[in-house]
This record gives sequence, structure tokens and C-alpha cells, in this order.
Amino acid sequence: MPSSTITRATVTRRGDRVFSGLSRGAGIAILVILAGVATFLFVEGRAGIFGDTEEMSGSDSFLQYVGPLVFGTVFAATLALLFAAPLAVAVALYISHYAPRRLAQTLGYIIDLLAAIPSVVFGIWGITVLAPLLTDNIYPWLNANLDFIPFFSGTVSTSGRSMLTAGLVLAVMILPIVTAISREVFLQTPRLHEEASLALGATRWEMIRQAVIPYGRSGVISGAMLGLGRALGETMAVAIILSPSDGYFWSVLTNQNSNTIASNIALKFPEAYGLDVNRLIATGLVLFAITFVVNALARRIANAGFSGADG
Amino acid sequence: MRFRTKRAVAVTAVASLLFAACGGDDDTADAPAPADEPASTDAPADEPADEPADEPADEPADEPAPAPAAELSGTLIGAGASSQAAAMQGWQAGFQAAAPGVTVEYDPIGSGGGRKQFLGGGSDFAGSDAALKDEEWESSKEVCAGDLGAINLPHYISPIAVPYNLPSLDGTTLNLSPEVIAGIFANEITNWSDAAIAADNPGVDLPDLAINPVHRADESGTTENFTDYMAQAAPDVWTYGAIEAWDADGPGGGEGAPQTSGVVAAVAAGEGSIGYADASQIGDLPAAAVGVAGSFVEFSPEAAGRIVDASERTGGRNDYDFKIEVNRTPDSADTYPIALVSYHIVCLEYADQETVDLVKAFMTYVSSDEGQAASAASAGSAPISPEVQAEIAKSIAAISVAG
Repeated sequence: MPSSTITRATVTRRGDRVFSGLSRGAGIAILVILAGVATFLFVEGRAGIFGDTEEMSGSDSFLQYVGPLVFGTVFAATLALLFAAPLAVAVALYISHYAPRRLAQTLGYIIDLLAAIPSVVFGIWGITVLAPLLTDNIYPWLNANLDFIPFFSGTVSTSGRSMLTAGLVLAVMILPIVTAISREVFLQTPRLHEEASLALGATRWEMIRQAVIPYGRSGVISGAMLGLGRALGETMAVAIILSPSDGYFWSVLTNQNSNTIASNIALKFPEAYGLDVNRLIATGLVLFAITFVVNALARRIANAGFSGADG
Repeated sequence: MRFRTKRAVAVTAVASLLFAACGGDDDTADAPAPADEPASTDAPADEPADEPADEPADEPADEPAPAPAAELSGTLIGAGASSQAAAMQGWQAGFQAAAPGVTVEYDPIGSGGGRKQFLGGGSDFAGSDAALKDEEWESSKEVCAGDLGAINLPHYISPIAVPYNLPSLDGTTLNLSPEVIAGIFANEITNWSDAAIAADNPGVDLPDLAINPVHRADESGTTENFTDYMAQAAPDVWTYGAIEAWDADGPGGGEGAPQTSGVVAAVAAGEGSIGYADASQIGDLPAAAVGVAGSFVEFSPEAAGRIVDASERTGGRNDYDFKIEVNRTPDSADTYPIALVSYHIVCLEYADQETVDLVKAFMTYVSSDEGQAASAASAGSAPISPEVQAEIAKSIAAISVAG
């Protein structure tokens, strides 16, 4: 936008035209793709929402069908964010402000590498390594000592296919994206802010609290929301790990769990036919809507918060 | 259709990966894995290579004209049950050796989708865990040439075992009557020391341990057949009927795990767990002996193969249809009653000779001893009995060109 005020740029060369055309095309393409996906979901899903439930397996109405799935999706993603966000911020701060330069670089690489691991691998790791480990060591203890909290009540799953395992694996999966974005924002804290804080006698921790975190807050929130988006849509890992049941379940240790939308689609789609397919696509539309709302909220929070250097 | 296939392939690939990762210390691990080419192609490829070359030559000599398989060429298109996917790999490889000019394509899109595609004219045959329903048979008259409609051929018997994880039994095989199995999966029997289980197992020291029943989290023909078994053999206890989707229509409770491999892994992971799964894939887990006609039958391919003989043909359409009502309460104690019977659905009349020849040659191969051995090697299926083979041969012989 500022470039439009520069009068010297009135001479347009071919390169400018080509580039502006290309970038405009890319912008339009993303809108067209998004509209295409939304249209597909709506057209194909409509029959699943309004169609005759007699011809579908299970529930009496679409709301009754999708309700537990929405609950499970949001629950699993929230758990993941709860575990991942604080850890990610801590790791990012360590890399940006505490670690020696060389170690910081290596750590950064390793964390970025985590993002490249396919989710199926996380799922297999979750069910073969993490789940037995937790079932043998942590879950029975939580259940025995904290079962007055509804989350930890019930009978502990013997194979660890519980909501907590799914949440933890999702947390590991979204950790890199939240960390990477937080690290980048923290690194961009103006040197003057930091030095001013230190010059006033702040310790390093106080400086981080006064200068780095307020500056990076909106960036961290954006990163967390990107991570939340990934957790909401994660499919294979959850399908492999979670033991799903029909209904709403608050306990995170049992084998009775609300499934997530994406995992439910992955499990049911291969054998589904007729209106059941439409209903699955309709749940995809619901997931689309949830993701949209989450992103809109995130943008709102990020914009309303402390917006970087302006403050 | 396309993306659905990809999804199915992805899921099976995951399943085999998962299985290899958690169960695979014995030979059953690689044999049935659908993504695993060498395991399924080896055995059937060299076996039927010499046999069928002379078989079709002398067998249908009295029939009008089917060309020997080796001289056929063309493409046969099938779609349907994913339960047959592994068996189909064995059949494709074996038939390829017998009829090098023929390509058999099979798209494992699911039973319902397969029947739909067949009835829409999109395939030459369908694979389906359920026979054509009456109204589907009516509409098959429109897509098939002539007005005789389609027929069902029970070509694939996949035994379902009931594996359990009770190390304290130390090798003793658990006896479970249908009522006890149904009670466990309906969450009515919740502890291994329950009197009902003890009554079936005199002298066995049953642990005081919670039962964790494991079911399929995805929709599955295995679930449908297992619940059909409970509904037939213990109708007072299992009141949910034959269902495909456990969490939507079942009793709730228990643990859900994806695919056969997931169920097996879940049972193996948790002491006190019990599940139901394709018998060829349960690995080292012990499987329960199931109550039949007053005694207990351990699973074996032969015992499971007799299920078709023990079942009534529900005719009424024409003499060649082999739709059966699977009988889960056989009279004799040499039949294992929990098995998935999957059909090939073909037209009785096709519009052209080429398709007729291809369908007859392939179906003849599949129902032959070689074909059944090929699917046993690649998918661990149980063989259909010689009596049933003879009946099926009559049906296949009746396939002809319309007019």
C-alpha cells in the first residue's frame, strides 16, 4: 500500500505487470480453491444433514450424530494446546534468549524436523510406545489419586487408547509449529527494548517479561492457533490411537472417548455408502466451520492484543 | 470413486504398517498384509502355473465353447468388499499365471459400494459380504443381459477368531459358550472370574480381572458377522442384532480399535482383553473354543469351511443363486460357526461372449482347489468344501450369453 504513494513508480515495466498478474492470480486461486471445497462439502453434505435418517446407520438426527464428534474434536485439540503451548513458549524462549548460539541453531533444526514427521508415524509411536508407557506408569496413579476430578475418573484403559494419550500425541505434533513461530517473534524483539529494560536493572527473566513476551504475544497466539488448526484436523494419529464410543465423555483415561470428526471420517469412509457418505461429508463441513471460527477468533485476539513495536 | 479408493488403500497400508510394527514376530504377520506383494504372490504363482493349464481344457469340454483360460484375453472389472482385497491379490496372481492375457481389476471400495457399482453397470462382478437383497436382485435384471438377474457365489470364507489376553491361563484354551461371548460383548459379564465363564471351564483357575472387550472402531463385515453370530446363537443376551457399526448401533462400552490389526494390537496390549478378528491375523494370541451343539470347537480352517454346508440356501430366485442364510448354530460339533462368508456377485447372462468367457474362467479358478489355496495363502481364508464346490460349478456353468 505505501508503494502507491511513491510517484516515481508510474513507469510500469513488463516484469512488474507479469509479477502483479502472477501474484493476483495466486490470490484468486486460493479463494477459488477454498470456495470449491466449501461448495463440495455443502452440496455433498446437504443430503447427509437433511436426508432421511432411516437410511443411515445409527443416530436419529444429524445433530445427535455430529454433537459428540464436535465435542471430541474440540476436547482433543484443547488438550493438545494446553500441553503444547506453554512448552512451546518455554522452548522458544530458551532458543531465542538463553541457549548458546550454536546449540540454539541445532535445537531449532531438530524442532523443525519434528514437523516433517508424517502423522501416521506419530500415531504408531503413540500406540506402540507412548500408550504402554503411560498405562504402566502414569495413568493408574492419576486414576488412584485424582479420581475426584471427573477427568481422571472411570476405569483406566488397559491399552492406553484414551483421550489423554491422543491429546499428548497431538501436543507433540503441534509443538514444532508453535515453537517455530514463537521463536521467530521473540527473536524480533527490538534490541532497544531489551537493552532499555536491562539498563533499568532488570534481570534477564524480568527483561523477558517486560520486553519480549509483550512484544511477541500476538505472534505466539497466532502460532498457537495454527497449531490448534492442525490438532483439530489431525486424522490418522487420532484414528490409530483413540478408542471411540458414541456419546460425550469427560474422562481422559478410559476407553470410552468421543471421537474426533476427522478420525471418524477416516474410520468410516472406506466402508460407507449411500447417505452415510453424505453424512460423513457433512461432518467435514462442520469441521471446516469450526476451523474457520477458530481462525477468525485467533485473528481477533492477535489484533486486539499488544501489537508489537507500536506499543 | 477415485478418492475413496485412495483412502481405502491408505488405510490398509496403515493397517499393515501398524500390524507389522506391533505384532510381527511370526509368519502370520506378513502373509495377510494386503500391501505386502511378495508374500501373496509367491505361493499361488507357482502352484497353479501348471495345473489350470490342463484343467479348463478337459473340464468344460462338454459345455458349449468356453475357450481355455490360457487363450483368453481382456479385462475383468470387479469392485466391492475390502475383506476380499487380500484374497483377491492371491486370486489375481494365480489367475494371471493360468490366463496371462487376462487382467482382473478389483477395487476394494466396500461391499455396499461394490453392489451399487455392479448394479450401475460399472463392473463385471461385485465382491460383497452380503448377498444381493431382494430389491437389488430385481434391479440386477436391468443391468444384466436377459431377465434372469444376478447370482451370488459364496467364494470366500474368512474365519473369525475370538482372541483373548489372559497370560495366567498358561496355555489352557478357554471355552466360551455363545451366551458367555454375548454377555461379555454386551457388557453384562464384566469379570473373568464370573460364574458363567467358570461353568464353561471347570478346573481352570480364572483370574479376578476386569474384562476389556475390544471391538472394531471402523465399520466392518467382521463386526457384522460376529454380531450376527451372537444374535443367532444367543438372542436373549445379544439384543442388538447384526450390526456393522459398533459405536452407532451397539451396546456401547468396551474398547474400539481401527482395523483388524488395531483390534489384535489392543487385545495384545491389555491383560484381560478379548476381541474378535480375522483368524489368520491374531498371531500368537490364544483363541477361544466356541460352544457348538453342546461341546466346544476350536477354530480350524476346515471346521470354519463347513459353515456353508451347514447353512440353508435361501433360494426363490433361480436354481443357480447360492445365497445362503449363514447358520450360526450348526447341529454338529465339527463346524466352527463364526466366519465371514463373502460372495462374488455375477450376472447369469451377459451381453457378449467375451465377458462370459472371462467371468466363467475367473470364477471357475476362484472356486477351484487352486483358487481356494491361493486365497488361503494370501488371506488365511477357509476352503469351501468339495460339495459346495460342485454346486458352485453348476452355477458357473449356467452363465451364458443372453438370447
